[in-house]
Amino acid sequence: MTEFTPVAAVVGGTLIGIGAVMVMLFLGRVAGISGILSGAVFASSWDDWGWRAAFLAGMIAAPAVFTWVTGQAPEFMMPGTTAVSIFAGLLVGIGVTFGAGCASGHGVCGLARLSPRSIVATGVFMFVAVATVFVNRHLIGG
Amino acid sequence: MRIVWALITGLVFGLGITVSGMINPSKVLNFFDVAGTWDPSLAFVMASALLTTAVGYRLVLVRPAPLFHAKFHLPKTTRIDRQLIAGSAIYGVGWGLIGYCPGGVVPALGLGHTEPWVFVAALLVGMAIARFTRNQLAKAVAA
Repeated sequence: MTEFTPVAAVVGGTLIGIGAVMVMLFLGRVAGISGILSGAVFASSWDDWGWRAAFLAGMIAAPAVFTWVTGQAPEFMMPGTTAVSIFAGLLVGIGVTFGAGCASGHGVCGLARLSPRSIVATGVFMFVAVATVFVNRHLIGG
Repeated sequence: MRIVWALITGLVFGLGITVSGMINPSKVLNFFDVAGTWDPSLAFVMASALLTTAVGYRLVLVRPAPLFHAKFHLPKTTRIDRQLIAGSAIYGVGWGLIGYCPGGVVPALGLGHTEPWVFVAALLVGMAIARFTRNQLAKAVAA
């Protein structure tokens, strides 16, 4: 059970949007985190690596800044076992590579550009995620 | 200069993930659990992020070029093919199993728990497998 938090959701979502617009304004790219991550790890040049690494470092620093400003750690609860994490991680890694994007790249940036590919991709992964949770929690029982 | 702004931008984006609650995989899974402990918060996150981005892109993309790069790199592919659909479906299964997407898990690395690092390690292995497979497929088609 997690609480419905519409205000935090809208404030956070707006910040995500501002971040995505900053990526476009400064770097001229869509803010797809899977793409930025994959480019940082499988980088083709040092020049391309630097901004990606800096962007990811800024993201990783965010919870510490949040805790420093609000005085409390962000709510966090791991919903599965380590084995499930590893299996799901492999699937997400394979899926975003073939699907060319994730929730940020397709679901935010792609939809904002009204890209037909992103509309299809977002529809597919959201529907499949809902179906997976339904099967996992209600059919085979979690 | 570009590196500094990239860091600040990453921080803003990461704060968005953290404040919105998307950093918490349990909250994300509850958004997907429409028939159970449904938490609609993520719909508000997506909608506000999307609206802000759509308006911001309109203002930014009238510029001839971005501030710290020679030109805009917008995705040019328009084909809706089996790779896009199958890949997105595989991603959906993974996301539905654990509640982590790449954007959610990167800030979670800074929380000091081991689990997000395990997930990211597996994610990178998955990416490497997919890249290798895709290259082999491309070679097979070309041959």
